[in-house]
Amino acid sequence: MKELMTGNEAVARGAYEAGVIFASAYPGTPSTEILENIAAKYRDDMYCEWAPNEKVAVEAAIGAAIAGGRALACMKHVGVNVAADPLMTFGYTGTTGGFVIVSADDPGMHSSQNEQDNRFYAKFAKIPMLEPSDSQEAKDFIKLAYDLSEKWETPVFFRMTTRVCHSKSVVQWGERQEVKVPEYVKQIQHYVATPANARPMRAKVEQRLAVMAEYANSTPLNHAEYNGREIGVISSGVAYQYAREVFGEEASYLKLGFTHPMPMDLIREFAGKVKTLYVVEELEPYIESHLKEAGIACIGKAVIPNQNELDTDRVRKAVFGIQAKTITTDTQVPGRPPTLCAGCPHRGFFYSLSKRKDVMVTGDIGCYTLGSAEPLFAIDTTICMGASISTGHGASKVFEKTQPGKKVVAVIGDSTFFHSGVTSLMDIAYNNGSCVSVILDNRTTGMTGHQQNPGTGLTLMGEEAPEVDIPALCKAMGIKEKNIYIVNPLNLAENDAALDQALACGETSVIITKWPCVLKKFSREDKERFDLSKKTCYVDQEACRNCKLCIGTGCPALYAKDGKVHIDQDACNGCGVCMQVCPFDAIKMADGKAGAKA
Amino acid sequence: MSEIKNILLVGVGGQGTILASKILSTALVNAGYDVKMSEVHGMAQRGGSVTTQIRYGEKVYSPIIGKGEADVMVCFEKMEALRWIEYVKPTGKVVINDYEIPSAPILVGKMEYPQGIIEEMEGKISVSVFKAADIAKELGNSKTMNIVLLGALVKAMGLDHMDWDDIIRNNVKKGFEDLNLKAFHAGMAAI
Repeated sequence: MKELMTGNEAVARGAYEAGVIFASAYPGTPSTEILENIAAKYRDDMYCEWAPNEKVAVEAAIGAAIAGGRALACMKHVGVNVAADPLMTFGYTGTTGGFVIVSADDPGMHSSQNEQDNRFYAKFAKIPMLEPSDSQEAKDFIKLAYDLSEKWETPVFFRMTTRVCHSKSVVQWGERQEVKVPEYVKQIQHYVATPANARPMRAKVEQRLAVMAEYANSTPLNHAEYNGREIGVISSGVAYQYAREVFGEEASYLKLGFTHPMPMDLIREFAGKVKTLYVVEELEPYIESHLKEAGIACIGKAVIPNQNELDTDRVRKAVFGIQAKTITTDTQVPGRPPTLCAGCPHRGFFYSLSKRKDVMVTGDIGCYTLGSAEPLFAIDTTICMGASISTGHGASKVFEKTQPGKKVVAVIGDSTFFHSGVTSLMDIAYNNGSCVSVILDNRTTGMTGHQQNPGTGLTLMGEEAPEVDIPALCKAMGIKEKNIYIVNPLNLAENDAALDQALACGETSVIITKWPCVLKKFSREDKERFDLSKKTCYVDQEACRNCKLCIGTGCPALYAKDGKVHIDQDACNGCGVCMQVCPFDAIKMADGKAGAKA
Repeated sequence: MSEIKNILLVGVGGQGTILASKILSTALVNAGYDVKMSEVHGMAQRGGSVTTQIRYGEKVYSPIIGKGEADVMVCFEKMEALRWIEYVKPTGKVVINDYEIPSAPILVGKMEYPQGIIEEMEGKISVSVFKAADIAKELGNSKTMNIVLLGALVKAMGLDHMDWDDIIRNNVKKGFEDLNLKAFHAGMAAI
């Protein structure tokens, strides 16, 4: 069978064909669809689950692999930072069942806070790395990765990038091959990484590296294509596709799919046969540094940028100084940044928060990071998953000494709280911090497209699950019940009251906002718990004084035209935040979508 | 190397560019072309500017289109035409849906929606303008706007000889097949 697949769909297919029986991940762009595809298409043969974070996903997959099954863990690049602890030592112990960790890097930061080059993790952990450059390779390489993992008893690092994950290309499928899981044998010296056991493991890691280096020189994953000898190009991943198009049929290529350890003999041979050697790679000079260390002359980052993703333009311009003819415009085109959706429950809370001028707001990773944008400007910092609460704690301890009166509010989504905010909140409770932690519970993982999490009552495979009781969890940490507030974030008076009390109490306090994401497919429970009947707001033009305070909510359904404010009836979800902001009662609410006219 | 054709779909998150490009690329694969299609998920979907890119030919390497390379650009929203114009070949074509979605800086009153976009584009490149939203509304469902635009794109690329009816039937929501087919043909007739 032939089908157009994204790289992520191809990885799911490859894992299925390879006989994988366990897969775990935390959602993160551009990796999310791998597990979603496994759950949708291959669930009868592969168990899969969302873990609360990437470290847990990797550890669960490690357990599955030590138990003998083929296991997969997937994450975005920054997720590997979270999972680095188990990964480093698992590189020592090695594995029984095949183990692959997929790292989906995001050059250009399409939806990430940094563009770290995770190829260095494979080198750091001393484990083999495979880099596909399109969907067919993604599928084929995954299958091979499991064979290599079991052959060398090592975890395998599978490095993808946004354009490999999210581009579709034609894939030829195969069939699933069931892999026999060996009977479990206790191997203390192999799997218990005490210092005494880890020292011999460490020596084995070096021996394994030597074996892998030999393989790197002979595997068909690394192959030379000789054409003209004037120019030779070494490349890997999607950068190869750009290079292949820019340098064309005249140049020779060394296309690398197995990039740790590097195939140094092959590279030396290739370098010796071409006159000028280019290394075309996205982000850091990973390949290039190996050549430089070996004293092989090449042109790499001297011309190719190490920032942003590459494309054919950037490569062509960098190497040949040529740019295609283009049409330009002198018109100032207004930007179109992403915004909180019309009816987003976060808007109400951020509107209330934006009115507090005496607070620092530490933010986190999710849709609500958009609370930092115009016109609300309601967030001061965003670092990484879970950082809001702990950075808020540190800041508030400093303010207690240096700027009494300056308060700190930390905002974090439900899924991000489960990911790595729980220990941060424990830190505040334990150390008697006074930073106000706000858990924005929209009943789903919003940004990545509505994945289930430990608070939603459902698993990835659609089974019912217990819901984390957030207030009870806070209480269990020792936070006083009177300092835990549960509010409807679309009700500004409720937000204000909770903020007033929490900021004044001087003790550890938590505000939990509860309202489902407006884009979510509402569950039966959502419909029971919340009034989700269809409503829209409209402007009573007679009463409107045109003060435009409503526009200051940043809701994309509101717009000014011909000097008047209107509400787009197709976009409005009737959340009523603008109505509460209006000082003249000029915004009204109507049931259903029909009655109201802007 | 045989020539590669490049199609750029630009619009605003939520406008349905992805479904339209999925239908188009499925048809191109069925017709025997090597096809690559790219889209970006995540942040872009919260009302941001989005592009979907399709490249086809005998052998396609890069999954994305470089500046000055698109043979056809279909703009699901008018202002996006200006934002992405650099990506179109000077000899290429632009199909514009005469439909405005103001962005955040416009909504808050910091900037005006640019005027004279169509006149400016017409002075620079071959342009077809029509109101896909009105056509979709006349057919009874404004959500079919993306399929109306797909019809116009197919016409602009000269791909109208291919068998589209089955592909569209198999790729749209069940129960809405006839409506989407009508929308597709109305789009083809519109330019």
